[in-house]
Amino acid sequence: MTEHFDAIVVGAGPAGNAAAYTMAKAGLNVLQLERGEYPGAKNVQGAILYADPLDKLIPDFREEAPLERHVIEQRMWMLDDTSYVGMHYRSEDFNEQRPNRYTIIRAQFDKWFSRQVRAAGALVLCETTVTELIRDDEGRVIGVRTDRGEEPVYASVVILGEGVNGLLGQRAGLRTELKPDHVALAAKEMHFLPQDVLESRFNLKGNEGVVIEAMGTVTAGMIGTGFIYTNRESLSIGIGCLVSDFVDSGTTPYGLLEAFKHHPSIEPLLRGSEVKEYSAHLIPEGGYKAVPELYGDGWLVVGDAGHFVNGVHREGSNLAITTGRVAGETVIALKAAGQPMNKKNLRSYKHALDQSFVMKDLKKYKDLPSFMHKNRHLFDLYPKLMSQATQSWFRVDGTDKLSKEREIIGEFRKQRGFAGLLGDAFKMMRVWR
Amino acid sequence: MTEKIVTNVEQKLFQNRYQVDSGRPHITVKPHTTPSKQLLALVTTCPAGCYSKNDNGQVEISVDGCFECGTCRVVCAATGEVEWNYPRGGFGVAYKFG
Repeated sequence: MTEHFDAIVVGAGPAGNAAAYTMAKAGLNVLQLERGEYPGAKNVQGAILYADPLDKLIPDFREEAPLERHVIEQRMWMLDDTSYVGMHYRSEDFNEQRPNRYTIIRAQFDKWFSRQVRAAGALVLCETTVTELIRDDEGRVIGVRTDRGEEPVYASVVILGEGVNGLLGQRAGLRTELKPDHVALAAKEMHFLPQDVLESRFNLKGNEGVVIEAMGTVTAGMIGTGFIYTNRESLSIGIGCLVSDFVDSGTTPYGLLEAFKHHPSIEPLLRGSEVKEYSAHLIPEGGYKAVPELYGDGWLVVGDAGHFVNGVHREGSNLAITTGRVAGETVIALKAAGQPMNKKNLRSYKHALDQSFVMKDLKKYKDLPSFMHKNRHLFDLYPKLMSQATQSWFRVDGTDKLSKEREIIGEFRKQRGFAGLLGDAFKMMRVWR
Repeated sequence: MTEKIVTNVEQKLFQNRYQVDSGRPHITVKPHTTPSKQLLALVTTCPAGCYSKNDNGQVEISVDGCFECGTCRVVCAATGEVEWNYPRGGFGVAYKFG
């Protein structure tokens, strides 16, 4: 293979696929390399697909893509050991012609997305691990070396959609190693249930779906969250916490998942299910301040490799698809203008992201990761206090309501102090704005 | 949750599909006499339970159940005790669902 490509895309996840699709559709000569046996073989996600970024690429994706259920209800649970305090939102408005988000199964969705990439004209090679970026004398990236044969492959630009580990970019010195407190480790299982059982258990009809996001004592004092997503005839259940917290606490990820599954509020939802897969993956959680260099001479970074995850809103695949598309559009525009793919010109990629929700949202929450490190009681003490307060409020036991109010407020003040409570509220407002 | 929940990670991995690259482990632990705190932590932190402590107190790895998640590389980046690569193309874990 001594052919010269317009672009090489490393990785066939949502970011790489969006980039390859965008460029191939515009007639560029694109090579995409994926180390898995098939696209999706190495990929793990909850998973929620947000329609908007895919709508911009493939407007009729709803007709063919393997979508599980469109989400009509969101449940946010704060758990202590025996209870949860929840906020639910369910709306018939989400039963619309073009739903806003879907549950998906990544191995199936990624395969479908990759078929669209091939149909658009890109050359997609699986079972090919890229081992090295090739640079010229001036340090410009001019191609890649793979574990398939000795011959390098050359291109005008290399788009790195290599995923959270991003080994290739790291070893080429484009970015540094991930920090243990900037990544979460999530463990997940696929639980299968008969469709009618699942639908009655979650109050669903047709293709409707529910999302449960859970925080509290289920993460055993660590910073993290758990989730349950309804697929057509399965549940995706998982829990993730910062890697540094797993190391410090000695908690096993599978033990944490097992305890989450056995929580009295969770266990009835899973009862009788058959587990068909156990998986784990890292999630970039460092936010805005952990975003590495995104462009350089002959290269761009997209998706998880660029740390594009909004941890607060549990968004990732939409940032991946958007960064992939914008990277592709950047390359298309430069090629059309006959401009070289150098650092100066590729800066327009970063500029476009700065103008979009991608960077604006990451920037909005830039102080949140460090805030959570310093305020662990949000994941432990507050769920306990909320549960106690709620239970006290609902339990009718002959105590008058005024005394109950005083008891609840007294407990909050005792556990956290008046200044602590006020400080938490103030600090939370500041990191949120 | 008063009862102790016992987890057998091997049993969980049994469900998964792997293409094992026999004799070519993609992750190795560098020879050592005493493991660092970080290396020792992998015995509990690895989600696939690939790491174990032998009778001499050294940490060993068996990569057959590996998810290629990267946790061990990140944890031991500072100590350099873990040599981490992606498996050869097509090998390693192959998720059916992911």
